[in-house]
Amino acid sequence: MKERIKKLREQSLSIKPYVTPERAKLITEFYKSDAADKVSSPVRRALAFKYLLENKVVCISENELIVGERGPAPRATPTYPEITAHSLEDLRILNTRKKTSFAVDAETKKLYEEEIIPFWKGKAIRDKIFGEMPEEWKAAYEAGVFTEFMEQRAPGHTVLDDKIYKKGFIDFKKDIERSIENLDSSNDPEAAKKNEELKAMEICTDALIMYAERHAEKARELAKKEKNPEKRKGLERIAENCSRVPARTPRDFWEALQYYWFVHLGVIIELNTWDSFNPGRLDQHLYPFYKKGLEEGTLTREKATELLQAFWIKFNNQPAPPKVGVTAEESATYTDFALINTGGIKQDGSDAVNELSYLILDVVEEMRILQPSSMVQISKKTPDAFLKRALKIIKTGFGQPSVFNTDAIVQELVRQGKSVEDARNGGASGCVETGAFGKENYNLTGYFNLTKVFEITLNNGVDPRTGKEIGLKTGDASSFKSFEDLFEAFKKQLNYFVDIKVKGNDVIERLYAEYLPSPFLSLLIDDCIAKGKDYHDGGARYNTSYIMGVGLGTLTDVLTSVKYNVFDEKKVSMQDLLKVLENNFEADEPLRQRFLNKTPKYGNDDDYTDEIMRSIFEAYYSAVRGRPNTKGGFYEINLLPTTVHIYFGKVVGATPDGRKASEPLSEGISPVQGADRKGPTAVIKSASKMDHVRTGGTLLNQKFTPHLLADEDGIDKLAHLIRSYFKLDGHHIQLNVVSADMLRDAQKNPGKYRDLIVRVAGYSDYFVDIAVDLQDEIIKRTEHKSF
Amino acid sequence: MAKGIIFDIKRYAIHDGPGIRTTIFLKGCSLRCQWCQNPEGQETNPEIILRSSRCARECNECVSACPQDAISKDGNSIEIDKAKCDLCAKCEEVCVYEALEIVGREVTVQELLAEIEKDRIFFDESGGGITFSGGEPLMHVDFLEALLKEIGKKNIHVTLDTSGYVSFEDLSRIYDKVDLFLYDLKIMDDEKHEKYTGVSNKLILENLRKLTELGKSVAVRIPLISGINDDNQSIHMFVDFLQSLKSIKQINLLSYHRGGCEKYKRLRKEGSPITFQSPSDERIEDIKKIFTDSGFSVKTGG
Repeated sequence: MKERIKKLREQSLSIKPYVTPERAKLITEFYKSDAADKVSSPVRRALAFKYLLENKVVCISENELIVGERGPAPRATPTYPEITAHSLEDLRILNTRKKTSFAVDAETKKLYEEEIIPFWKGKAIRDKIFGEMPEEWKAAYEAGVFTEFMEQRAPGHTVLDDKIYKKGFIDFKKDIERSIENLDSSNDPEAAKKNEELKAMEICTDALIMYAERHAEKARELAKKEKNPEKRKGLERIAENCSRVPARTPRDFWEALQYYWFVHLGVIIELNTWDSFNPGRLDQHLYPFYKKGLEEGTLTREKATELLQAFWIKFNNQPAPPKVGVTAEESATYTDFALINTGGIKQDGSDAVNELSYLILDVVEEMRILQPSSMVQISKKTPDAFLKRALKIIKTGFGQPSVFNTDAIVQELVRQGKSVEDARNGGASGCVETGAFGKENYNLTGYFNLTKVFEITLNNGVDPRTGKEIGLKTGDASSFKSFEDLFEAFKKQLNYFVDIKVKGNDVIERLYAEYLPSPFLSLLIDDCIAKGKDYHDGGARYNTSYIMGVGLGTLTDVLTSVKYNVFDEKKVSMQDLLKVLENNFEADEPLRQRFLNKTPKYGNDDDYTDEIMRSIFEAYYSAVRGRPNTKGGFYEINLLPTTVHIYFGKVVGATPDGRKASEPLSEGISPVQGADRKGPTAVIKSASKMDHVRTGGTLLNQKFTPHLLADEDGIDKLAHLIRSYFKLDGHHIQLNVVSADMLRDAQKNPGKYRDLIVRVAGYSDYFVDIAVDLQDEIIKRTEHKSF
Repeated sequence: MAKGIIFDIKRYAIHDGPGIRTTIFLKGCSLRCQWCQNPEGQETNPEIILRSSRCARECNECVSACPQDAISKDGNSIEIDKAKCDLCAKCEEVCVYEALEIVGREVTVQELLAEIEKDRIFFDESGGGITFSGGEPLMHVDFLEALLKEIGKKNIHVTLDTSGYVSFEDLSRIYDKVDLFLYDLKIMDDEKHEKYTGVSNKLILENLRKLTELGKSVAVRIPLISGINDDNQSIHMFVDFLQSLKSIKQINLLSYHRGGCEKYKRLRKEGSPITFQSPSDERIEDIKKIFTDSGFSVKTGG
């Protein structure tokens, strides 16, 4: 690693994230100004975007090669009061909480108290959402049946394709103008609306070009003052890059990276979209520039590495925007889920791995930073050498890259109705979510607590934690004659809560379309320009809404235990079981031990319990999949938790699998922590008994101790294990290679482990940054010892 | 139908032959190696084991469940009268803490075939298969022969881990159905061998010679125990013998580990086991070099 990169990396690692009031101040100024009046909603958003880019501080740090920050400086994190106007209490919590905290200074608090809060109170989308949700939605939300992704962050969940490397913003502008010319106002009743949206997009193209030019000016100024001739030359080159892109197409590797970075900043300044944004298939997009540079002698491998490293640091400089309340619980991390894809297949179906794919893995290994996250797509055509290269990085105990099954991703996308070409150009983003890059709005709307729904079923519609009746009266549990009767009741309850969630989503989707259109994001995603429609309003070619099922492993073990111990073996009556659960097993530890040790568990390749897992999967799939959303698309399911399984566990009482009240639920499709006792092949067999192709992504977590991978032979066998899972259509497997002892030591001595990164659940995080209960859980996850 | 007694099945076994394997541990062995890592594999019949640390002080379920009155309990110290115990497993069933467990269960060929089939996809992908270990798998030669006949129809790779202390007649019944032998050699000096394992090594060495003469694929496994068989003289005796066999190429060196000691306690075996030391990493490297220099391909660990 070169000295300049070392310095930039150290800067990024050492600055504690802090809240900058810059964006909140500017957006409020704009909304108060005359310019915000008497214009359409999209144009207002475009003018706000322009105002932000005109007035925000331009930052060029020493040693940089790629420039531009979301805030006024690295790690300065802006807020989005039009979405959430943080209260003073929120700011206090952000400043003082132990994990994922953000420093908030007195000046920011004062500004919030005097200007931001008074102006946005009631106007922020969060306030509008909670104002419009019906009582039953609020009751379910407060009980922890589901979460709501859009209450603090805007819909994003999308990734860029290769379009920016072929077109400059001047070209986009021409496309927009053409789309305006094609509007047929006499026959299209929406023509006027479309005209406004397209005008807004056009304003945004000019705004980003202007923002880049401000960086060019600043670089020229700095160059003038610079005495060191080499540094001066570097700054002049930065100035040249910023004048060239995004206005016109990039001519080389460096310009291509700078271009993407400006686009990235545009997206995350416009709104705080979920899953920041992401260049997607970076090895594919950059390869032509890389190859050309090497052939012409204008680029070397070393220079490409250095530029990529500088690019990596730009991501790490932007912590995820501050979250509070349930959103902070479900996504307790600084990472903003940019997941760089490498490998996979090309549009024509051939293997896509190239020299740059390997180079990117080198960068991932050397940088060892939280953001961006990285993954490898492994298809049946991917060479073993590439998979093993990735495994050798994973082996070092760094939670990246994660490993995905391209063939499953393509099948999932095609099943959802995408063209084969769009599917092959797609991948996974965020944690594990499948998407058609550059063409899809695949919106994650909230996590869904499957175990909670069953708990409510067992209590005939009542939430035992609060005593409130929030569900359907599906019958007294002790009246059920068979397990099948009980399961039918669960299905009814499940459908009832999915109905509530979807009705809420319909309202929220419309609120975004009406109040917070995203003309900048829209111009990047096909076919918003062609349709003249906003990203939030069905402009994308594909529009998919997801509800993410959580606690599949726990619920499987719960239902298995009820079937086994109540109905089949008659070890306990339903009535007694309900009592024991109510008392949190306090007087009945032996029964809890029976549930833990003498009852079949998911994750052991045992059909008795795996069949129950399949029934839950089918019930959830039928309850969600195929419902229309407000954007012309449909609902799908995926199964991932980020960190919500901890929060969801807190709201669920003791369960018949032997879990005590408030303990975490299982994550993703992984077995309950410690319940899998037959090794990784049994886990894989169990997990692949569901039909992954009918999801938009699943998460299977497996912890490996380093000695299973000590030599080449261990790596080979792990590669075979992964290939087998992928043959079985498994979507994704993530591997934590650490020892429990090391993690315990890290808990005691966090200072020694500042750079220890673990996979949490579909993403990686600094171990010392995550909450103690989550740390404990990671330690507990089954270690597969050497046999 | 022949039945066998197994004490464990390990899936994703990655150190017992090529690829990803399922290792089946058959119960019973004629040797009594003092450093034995799997003492639960020594007796052919099922045994009861106790993990005291799991036992709950206040619980008395096993005592009341035992129809033979073989169990007495004081605090969490349990005594089992082995003379009275008929291994009915009633105590195991009621012990929800998993402190009491019967090791060893009778299995049929069909049962094991179903178990083997479960990881077929991993075998196919990795070039793996089944490994029989123990104990000494050939203690159940009728069962093994019947099982191998069925496995042969499925075209699954078979590895047999053996002590070699069996009649050649028994070996002849199965060697055509085995793709790879993992053949354990402990000590070349016969007197010393008998002292530490309870049996002479003559039959073991003779069987190995015969197998190699038949052209069977054999990898030799040597457990290295400090002060017993890791001195230069012992190592050179291995080398001389193995070189004389001509066809042996692969040597696996396994460093002794103390995993067996805890198991002795659980089995409540008479007399505590002698604790041995593993050779240092440097010494293992030296030994590896001696073998490598003599033309063998050497793997350590596993």
